[in-house]
Amino acid sequence: MSEVKKIATRESYGNALVEIGKEHEDLVVLDADLAGATKTAIFQKVFPERHIDCGIAEGNMMGVAAGLATTGKVPFASSFAMFAAGRAFEQIRNSIGYPHLNVKIGATHAGISVGEDGATHQCNEDIALMRMIPGMVIINPADDVEARAAVKAAYEYVGPVYMRFGRLAIPVFNDESTYKFELGKGVVLREGSDVAIFATGLEVYESMQAAEMLAADGINAKVINIHTIKPLDEELVVASAKECKKVVTVEEHSIIGGLGSAVCDTLCANYPTPVLKIGVNDVYGESGPAVQLVKKYGLDAESIYKKVKAFLA
Amino acid sequence: MNKSELMKTANEIRKGAITGVYSAKSGHPGGSLSAADIYSYLFFEELNIDPKDPKKPDRDRFVLSKGHAAPGYYAALANRGYFPVEDLKTLRHIGSYLQGHPDMKHIPGVDMSTGSLGQGVSAAVGMAISAKLSGDDYRVYTLLGDGEIQEGQVWEAAMLAAHRKLDNLVVIVDNNGLQIDGKIDDVNSPYPIDKKFEAFRFHVINVDGHDFDALKQAFDEARTVKGQPTAIIAKTIKGKGVSFMEDQASWHGVAPNDEQYKLAMEELEKAGEALCQK
Repeated sequence: MSEVKKIATRESYGNALVEIGKEHEDLVVLDADLAGATKTAIFQKVFPERHIDCGIAEGNMMGVAAGLATTGKVPFASSFAMFAAGRAFEQIRNSIGYPHLNVKIGATHAGISVGEDGATHQCNEDIALMRMIPGMVIINPADDVEARAAVKAAYEYVGPVYMRFGRLAIPVFNDESTYKFELGKGVVLREGSDVAIFATGLEVYESMQAAEMLAADGINAKVINIHTIKPLDEELVVASAKECKKVVTVEEHSIIGGLGSAVCDTLCANYPTPVLKIGVNDVYGESGPAVQLVKKYGLDAESIYKKVKAFLA
Repeated sequence: MNKSELMKTANEIRKGAITGVYSAKSGHPGGSLSAADIYSYLFFEELNIDPKDPKKPDRDRFVLSKGHAAPGYYAALANRGYFPVEDLKTLRHIGSYLQGHPDMKHIPGVDMSTGSLGQGVSAAVGMAISAKLSGDDYRVYTLLGDGEIQEGQVWEAAMLAAHRKLDNLVVIVDNNGLQIDGKIDDVNSPYPIDKKFEAFRFHVINVDGHDFDALKQAFDEARTVKGQPTAIIAKTIKGKGVSFMEDQASWHGVAPNDEQYKLAMEELEKAGEALCQK
């Protein structure tokens, strides 16, 4: 088999904005001096008049996006996850969430796979922060195909959406010709009945690989891609838990407040099941090459394989 | 509206604000009263708005960035015909649409939900940018507190407004000199306010915020400015119109008791009668 193609989902974001922008004049892109990194520069090149660089002022950018949305524009406010969900949390909460405005937040450089920039820029808290905002939709796509489809779905949905993208180039495993994105619906990628693994973002591919390793040991894992963390596909979560009796969640995010917590919230109310949460264990990240960090923090396929095995033993 | 009518309307706005705060047993009378004349001028003279069609696309926008001055804002909207004046008595009551701070989802005439200081002005900048992008000629007005401009976000917004040459944007600062903890220049002085906005490349107009001739001149002048936003620094008296509330920081965010309410309304009734005899 030839080498799998790798693309960072931030690239997908920039490319999708151009595609949608061509069809829809109401789409406006905002950035906070990171256009080259968030890849909104791709949009800026094609539609300079609809690209508003707000400078290094993320709080203001969110408010400006809110104002644009009140007039019928569909703004995509873009920055690193740390400065979007982190620094501008209260602006998102009060100026976008509370009035339920049609603002899309494109948050790139999420998680520890930011790499060399280190802990100050590695946001492992954004899903937790955004989950607490009533009415906020959260999408964390797993590859380029899904990410571009997600941006389109976010445009079509009316209301606030938080999209989480990565800096690291990751394998493209979805087939564009058959792929369909359904907001709020989990995707079963592999059937199995020994354990249900719910993964999101770049951890989906890692979990698939871990499932193959488990299969070699005779363990059949069901792998589910949760691209929409809110609203969560509760039906699928509960059904999978009933089927497998044991649940694992995998995310490049703190084990507090993210996918793992969302799954646990659902299960403890509907079908209490033992859950192993794999994620960043309530610690800060550090500098280093992204792939090495993912391994060091136990988020690569092999680490997942070992943790799941121990969990099932 | 002529000057005398604007003054009478401002007096009605003051009565509505006091009634609302009294009924709620909480709220912000001081900053509502200081802005009452500005509200009167904006909603009865300056803004292109239609209470029968609150969301008409070409309307001028108003964002109350100092969202706590909602009692005065609601009184202005009610008197303008957006909803019954009688409803002001439901301010802050459970189940009422008149939320403690402006709520665009439920209150007719409110263009933006505000209350967390420093945020409304950013939304106003977004609205003004939108008009520029679409070639619409509506104008955007936003009212800020002089304490509010201690928020860094105000200056982030100001920088972008000037950078994008938003001559369709008017920022009004209600310079009543007081904030919760005392005099603004004792707490953390934002002065000189005019020089700050000038440095941020605004066209700046200093005005007496209780003088309708001066307000008219200022807003007319703002319409002639091209290539930069305008900041109107309105010198006002906090609590203006109710003698015992005037220039008292303690009246920033408390409601009058029964006796104080009676006294305040008597003063305002008298002021209203005097205006009618003029």
